[in-house]
Amino acid sequence: MSERGPMDAPVEGAPLAGAGFAPEAAFLDCVHCGLCHSACPTYVELGTEADSPRGRIHLMHALQDGTLPLDAAAVQHLDLCLGCRGCETACPSGVHYGALIEAARPWIEERYRRPVTTRLRRGLALTILPYPRRLRLALAPLHFLERLGVLAVARTLLRQLPARWRYRASLLPDPLPAPAAVPLETPARGVERTCVQLLVGCVMPELFGDTVRSTLEVLARNGCRILAPADQVCCGALSLHAGDRATAVRLACANVDAFEPRAAGPAIPLVVNASGCGAMMKEYAALLADEPAHAERAARLAARVEDATELLVRLPLAAPRAAAPARRVAYHDPCHLAHAQGVRQPPRALLASLPGVTLVSMADEDLCCGSAGHYNVMHPDLAARLAARKVEAMRASAVDVIATANAGCALQLEAGLRAAGVALRVRHVLDLLADAYRG
Amino acid sequence: MSIQGPLGAAARARLQRALVAVVGADGVLADAADLRVYECDGYTIERSVPALVVLPRTTDEVARVVRLAAEAEVAFVPRGAGTGLSGGCLPGEAPLMICTSRMRRIRMLDVANRRVVAEAGVVNATVSRAVRDAGLYYVPDPSSQNACTIGGNVAENSGGPHTLKYGVTTNHVLGVELVLADGEVVELGGVIEDTPGYDLTGVVCGSEGTFGIVTAATLRLEPLPEAVTTLLAVFETVAAATATVSRIIAAGIVPAALEMMDRTIVEAIEAAYHAGFPTDAGAVLIIELDGPAAGLPALAARVEELCRVGGMRSVRTAADEAERAAIWKSRKRAFGAVGRLSPSYCTQDGVVPRTRLPEILMRIEEIGARYGLRIGNVFHAGDGNIHPVILFDERDRAETARVLSAGREILAACVALGGSITGEHGIGVEKIRELGLSFGPDDLALMRRLRGVFDPAGRANPGKIFPTAAGCTEQRAPRRQAAL
Repeated sequence: MSERGPMDAPVEGAPLAGAGFAPEAAFLDCVHCGLCHSACPTYVELGTEADSPRGRIHLMHALQDGTLPLDAAAVQHLDLCLGCRGCETACPSGVHYGALIEAARPWIEERYRRPVTTRLRRGLALTILPYPRRLRLALAPLHFLERLGVLAVARTLLRQLPARWRYRASLLPDPLPAPAAVPLETPARGVERTCVQLLVGCVMPELFGDTVRSTLEVLARNGCRILAPADQVCCGALSLHAGDRATAVRLACANVDAFEPRAAGPAIPLVVNASGCGAMMKEYAALLADEPAHAERAARLAARVEDATELLVRLPLAAPRAAAPARRVAYHDPCHLAHAQGVRQPPRALLASLPGVTLVSMADEDLCCGSAGHYNVMHPDLAARLAARKVEAMRASAVDVIATANAGCALQLEAGLRAAGVALRVRHVLDLLADAYRG
Repeated sequence: MSIQGPLGAAARARLQRALVAVVGADGVLADAADLRVYECDGYTIERSVPALVVLPRTTDEVARVVRLAAEAEVAFVPRGAGTGLSGGCLPGEAPLMICTSRMRRIRMLDVANRRVVAEAGVVNATVSRAVRDAGLYYVPDPSSQNACTIGGNVAENSGGPHTLKYGVTTNHVLGVELVLADGEVVELGGVIEDTPGYDLTGVVCGSEGTFGIVTAATLRLEPLPEAVTTLLAVFETVAAATATVSRIIAAGIVPAALEMMDRTIVEAIEAAYHAGFPTDAGAVLIIELDGPAAGLPALAARVEELCRVGGMRSVRTAADEAERAAIWKSRKRAFGAVGRLSPSYCTQDGVVPRTRLPEILMRIEEIGARYGLRIGNVFHAGDGNIHPVILFDERDRAETARVLSAGREILAACVALGGSITGEHGIGVEKIRELGLSFGPDDLALMRRLRGVFDPAGRANPGKIFPTAAGCTEQRAPRRQAAL
């Protein structure tokens, strides 16, 4: 827009003019209708336009135009976006909000220096989380303390903390599951029906070992031979969402190489059990479009990616062993499964097929819980408020178990429940399936 | 410091400190980034940035905020979710924006008397969700119902597809809690069906924030209909479809909703949502019937027969709730889909008597041809509320000028046919100049006197509805704009 309003005076000394991060048309796609508001967790919680998708698009546009200074206030609103993409589901105009905010983040990184505490926290998270060996080292003392029984005592003490700290302390899993070791190859149990590749991921085996073991067991029991290529790395989502595009591209290229099929033949599914990673890998083609050695292969890889629940509903699911007691179960949609991948029915269908399970609906079941990668580490206060909102919905649904299809969401929801003192378990769909098979 | 003038730095700082004392630091927005996003609502052609935004949580806080504004002689503008389409919450001459988005409590639900008291910031669809288990719902359903607020609905007297049978917002508001421009809190109307004396609640509905700020409303709830049937009737021409609309109503049938979309709109919807609408048809009618299950199939058969007599090509009945939801999703999100046909578009909102629909559509076609513009039509056919969507490219300045002229001619044509310049979007700043098409100087003077009874100093949302001398908003080319 060439006209300027009273507050639109060119910003003095703004280092922003010139290089933009998105074409003008990407902003014009937004018709400013505001229908995204109710789908945005931060707007629902804060009620401020700058913390809504429409407001953030407005801000990004003004920042790119150079009519708004890139200052702490502007950055804060963009940082507070969870990247849940609930707004894309709500948008009638088909705005690619996720692509916009992801393009804005590296642009901000190049131009804005955050306070030292933020940089430290971020740096620590991005140096450790995507690298399993480092994460294992970092978690080793905790596992030691868990074995000594010290963590159990600590948890009791932490429960006495004031509300603000109770949530943060509750993010510590209870109990801390043993890390999972994923073999290069896991044979199918019984008749082999298909062969799949598995993304092991970075955080999953270290923090959510139980769910990884459940994944292997459920896939194997359903006739899958599971290959976990040795050279695979973190999918790159954590880095990309934090604005470190270069690292994300490097990691994605490594995965394209690692998952390259060894021999010609029909394409085999690449199974992912973490929704953020699945969404990321399904979008590898766009991320690596400018990498000549990888672009084409990235598109082929992306086409093979499936969430574990998508694969399982396609198979004739092996019947679970035992009858189970009657349970009312509500399902929480992980954002990167529902909004980013459009996968809503498969996990529900799997749950409904379990013996004894009655699937009931819950308020706001597709509203983000506040987990969002390392969001709950970077913005614990807002993450705690979002968790508390979910706790109210979970409590009101009067169910026996909450199910979800992403381990990060389960951790966040459990933290909210523990902080509120509500005795309700959150289980991954794959864990519930594995339980049913184990009888 | 005058009401009209911009707020000076010292006065702004003083007011900001005083506001923080009332609502806390997190309830007052003063940074450039925070304020910039409030420069427009769903009407993006004119923009102006407020000097301060305040987010009160209670009626008492609103009253104290308004009193502070009165003491500082500062004008204010109320805002809900900012989904309005006529610039009703454009700051303009009002430096202080009072946003109700944190007033989201449902204060009281009275199932036996079928009424609910909702605060201004409660989202329209939230009301229906909150009372669904009791077998009730709140009828007015603007397309923005998942985002727009009750306070904004009252201010704009909002409509929606189902107002054909059940009426617009004013028909569902029993009473309002209103903070006047001097900070006094008044209760108008009440929880019973009728109160003696003037219908002040009715006057507040549609006052566009010029009487003060509505902080809560007592809403009438209706029982959920026992059964609903939704038909999708396909016609070869727009004329045949609109003639059928009149024929259905003339037969004594009042559908819950009766909507029309022409070929241009259907084409856009299909491109976006692939809902299975026929793209080669001239027009499509969505006809929704509701009521007791027993009589509904016979009624649907009668409607089908009337459509057939009117030249209907084919008909589809929604098989279940999912299919019905898909049809409505396509209809309610039609405007967003239009963006797929052209870089920019501009939506008009006018009304004609239902029987004049064929004429106004011919006029629109003629105006479009004369200005060389493509115009699509999606509208609430049952109540004659038209929404012509003019497609254009905002980068073409000459074409943009033609769009504005064509829009004005369409509204003038509506008035000439015995209609009105707005059905549900309000006057705001968008149609200030067109208000004179519907009303003479005496009418306008009377309206101003009425406004003066509520807000003698003119501090509540100045510069809306009536033309004023001052103007400090920036006018942009019309671009894509949402519609109902």
